[in-house]
Amino acid sequence: MAIKIDEVKKLTLDDYKTDVHNDWCPGCGDFGILQSVQMALFELGIPRHKAVVFSGIGCSGKTPHFINVYGIHTLHGRAVPFAIGAKLANPDLNVIVVGGDGDGLGIGVGHFVSAGRRNVGLTYIVYNNAVYGLTKGQASPTLKLGVKTKSLPKPNINDAVNPIALALVSGYTFIARAYSYDVKHLKEIIKKAVLHKGLAFIDVLQPCPTYNDINTKDWYSGKDRIDPKTGKSIPRIYKLEDTGYDPYVRSDDPDELNSKFVQVVEKSLEWGDKIPVGIFYINEHISSYEERISSVISDYLSNPPARQRIALKNGMTNVKLERLLREFSI
Amino acid sequence: MKINQLSWMIGGPQGSGVDSGANIFSRACAYGGLHVFGKREYHSNIKGEHSNYVVRVDSKPIRSHLDEIDFLVTFDPETLFRHVHKVVPGGVIIYDVNQEGITVDKIPTIDKQANRRIKSFLSENGVGYSVKDVIEYASRNGILTYGIPYVKLLEGLAEELGDPRIARMDVMINVMAVASSFALLQYDFAPIERAINYVFKAKEKVAKLNIEAAKYVYKYVLENFERTSYKLEPVSKSEDGRIIIQGYQASALGKIAGGCRFQSYYPITPASDESVYLEDNAVFEIIGENGELEKGSIVVVQTEDEIAAIAMAIGAGLAGVRASTATSGPGFSLMAEGLGWAGMNEVPVVVTLYQRGGPSTGLPTRHSQEDLLFAVYAGHGEFPRIVYASGDVEEVFYDVAKVFNFAERYQTPVIHLIDKGMANSIMTVKKFDLSKVKIDRGELVETFVDGVYKRFKFTETGVSPRVKLGTENVVFWNTGDEHDELGHITEDHEVRTMMVDKRMKKLELALQEIDDEDKALFYGDDDADYVVLSWGSTKGVILDAMDMLKKDGYKLKFVQVKLLHPFPSDRVSELIGDARFLIDIEHNKTAQFGSIVKREILRDIDYYILKYNGRPMSLSEVYMALKLIFENKANKIQVLNNGD
Repeated sequence: MAIKIDEVKKLTLDDYKTDVHNDWCPGCGDFGILQSVQMALFELGIPRHKAVVFSGIGCSGKTPHFINVYGIHTLHGRAVPFAIGAKLANPDLNVIVVGGDGDGLGIGVGHFVSAGRRNVGLTYIVYNNAVYGLTKGQASPTLKLGVKTKSLPKPNINDAVNPIALALVSGYTFIARAYSYDVKHLKEIIKKAVLHKGLAFIDVLQPCPTYNDINTKDWYSGKDRIDPKTGKSIPRIYKLEDTGYDPYVRSDDPDELNSKFVQVVEKSLEWGDKIPVGIFYINEHISSYEERISSVISDYLSNPPARQRIALKNGMTNVKLERLLREFSI
Repeated sequence: MKINQLSWMIGGPQGSGVDSGANIFSRACAYGGLHVFGKREYHSNIKGEHSNYVVRVDSKPIRSHLDEIDFLVTFDPETLFRHVHKVVPGGVIIYDVNQEGITVDKIPTIDKQANRRIKSFLSENGVGYSVKDVIEYASRNGILTYGIPYVKLLEGLAEELGDPRIARMDVMINVMAVASSFALLQYDFAPIERAINYVFKAKEKVAKLNIEAAKYVYKYVLENFERTSYKLEPVSKSEDGRIIIQGYQASALGKIAGGCRFQSYYPITPASDESVYLEDNAVFEIIGENGELEKGSIVVVQTEDEIAAIAMAIGAGLAGVRASTATSGPGFSLMAEGLGWAGMNEVPVVVTLYQRGGPSTGLPTRHSQEDLLFAVYAGHGEFPRIVYASGDVEEVFYDVAKVFNFAERYQTPVIHLIDKGMANSIMTVKKFDLSKVKIDRGELVETFVDGVYKRFKFTETGVSPRVKLGTENVVFWNTGDEHDELGHITEDHEVRTMMVDKRMKKLELALQEIDDEDKALFYGDDDADYVVLSWGSTKGVILDAMDMLKKDGYKLKFVQVKLLHPFPSDRVSELIGDARFLIDIEHNKTAQFGSIVKREILRDIDYYILKYNGRPMSLSEVYMALKLIFENKANKIQVLNNGD
């Protein structure tokens, strides 16, 4: 959406931070996401009152309290519908939703899928660490089958969902993955996501230093894989943009869309030795929900619910019901 | 001759036009200046199961239905079998003469229980099981029976209009049945034509054909059958500009008038009609700042479930919009957690709860008032909420703006209790008066200049000034965790107590501020010894029964409680005064409202009149039950069970 930079007072990055004590574990991947969101909002010049961060429950749910914009810490799994309600009531708001993998892909997966059908203009960041941290490390929906992280009594007997592929088939029109320790890269993706007109999804690989002893920072950076030639570790993570990958759907030709779908699913299946990050998919040919509402309510964008007056100066309703009552008149 | 006093029923398989037939009948009567009350009964089924519609017509206002039927209008044998026992001597049955051979056992939609009941009634009266037998029995009992050859009439019409396809258009039989009854009632054809045009307004050709069919049958009946002892005559219309409307439509219009600009919902019977109406009428007229006409609109979102429905409504509420969702029991169950979040974060949101028979899926299309205590207690932990019940279609309209006022003034969720009976009742009422619809947004601050804004600032009343998301110079935080004045998480034991007190204090304020007339209403004789206490849609049947009992010389007063939580104990005690006997009337098994009354006013209830079979109380049974109480012949608990 259009952001009027000239509305912004001279703000510094610190203006986007609160002084609330952050009680995440030392070394938590969440810090990188928090920083990236703060930096993205600052660099985009979004006035603080025009941004709202919604969150679910869990460690990630505390994020809004650390960001000095409107912050709404909602229910477990329900951040997306809360955010959609606010965004549709006032489409001028820049809305970012943050939540854990259990929040978005477990208890809230119905909303995750349904949000894709609507393509409301907001950014949804999932903190993906494969465990439920705040409840002491149970398996989350992104933990792979057979993996035993340290708090699990037995290896995981559920298979993992594929967040990228699920977002794709659900209808998200901007799909990306990032790594929480690469703040600069994540920040740039968030900025693009916020500027995207429809629904953007960012799957952030975010090591939980306390409960996930498998997908650790060292594991992602390949500390267990030393290149015999150089003696350096071979990182598992690589950037799609470095490979010439093109995330854009360039036309509304169904053949192009189909081949893009195949390409995204293929990339989403890579895991283990090679883990792609970056933007997987951008499709600007799908109408946003706001545009769809505008086809019914033509002045929706200029006169959305939040801007409408509902009373006359004397405090009585300003609605004129004559036309609608005609249907019932005798 | 009975003029302008009629209990009329049409029935038939679902999908055969029972609803539109009743609609045409009701409207045609209303067009003639008559008062109408209609009650719709249907199965949770798309096509084939039995449905019926009872319409009472009178020259004075009426608010309830009768069990006794003057006119039974049928075009299938099932309706005849199911309802013949209710037709009064001197009453009228219209039936399809070609179906005389059909027997009870041949009708698969008459389930075993109903089959047994119908057959035992027939055999007790020495009647066989065929349509012919039943019609003969009715005639013997002084009921006038009219066999209409619907198919032959269609053939005749086809010939007259020179279009052989018409002979097979049995979809018009509902209208033909309605037209037959109007002919027997000697009612003018003009209002009938107008009503048909209205009901088929979207399909001009269909309307035209139906009018032709109605005319043809109307003429045929006038020419071939003797008159009945019933008559409907148009009366001069009142000045008040009456309308004819159903409960769900009144609620939807109330939302538009009351400033609701966002509604989310998940499809559920009987609540979704309201949302669909709003979606259909999303753009409406408002008066601009300089008096010119402008456009207003409401965004309606069909969500993936009721959890999302309440979450979206709360999100819109945070953005400063009057927002609501409409649902029924199963959906409301899913909303409990969201409701608590709204209570915790002091977000105004309205849940319109259309009660139906529970528990679980229960009776999806049938009436009940079983969700009162659930509405009062839904959600874990303790948080303020307001529960408000409207008594009839007209009240629903005006109450919607009030419940939004309460939600914003006390910054808390409000549950507006309606029910299936009211949602699907059609009634003639005074045209809604918009000059009575007041908007009070409470402490909503539009601009904030300096200082630190504290969303949950401790105040004397417990209400903290509220701003919309997006307000300049402000940010705030919300959380479902216990929080401090800024909205940040805290587990501090002192702040916890202060915050709980702050939130709950708002209910005391509500009790102080809400008008007495909005808390509870009083009807009848002030010095009566007997007082009926009730809530919600029983209002109509109680008022009608009171009128009848008054004629019998019995004095009664009626206290209708509208504000159910927080409970206005003082107001209710005052209205009860020194009445000696308390009678609780409601639609559930456990006397939920009675249990609140007992606790709040510290008096025992003397008599209970309860009904929980999924059907609204009829005037006939409420009148009888109250009469037994007056005659000192009543048990403490009377359970009503009439239905169809």
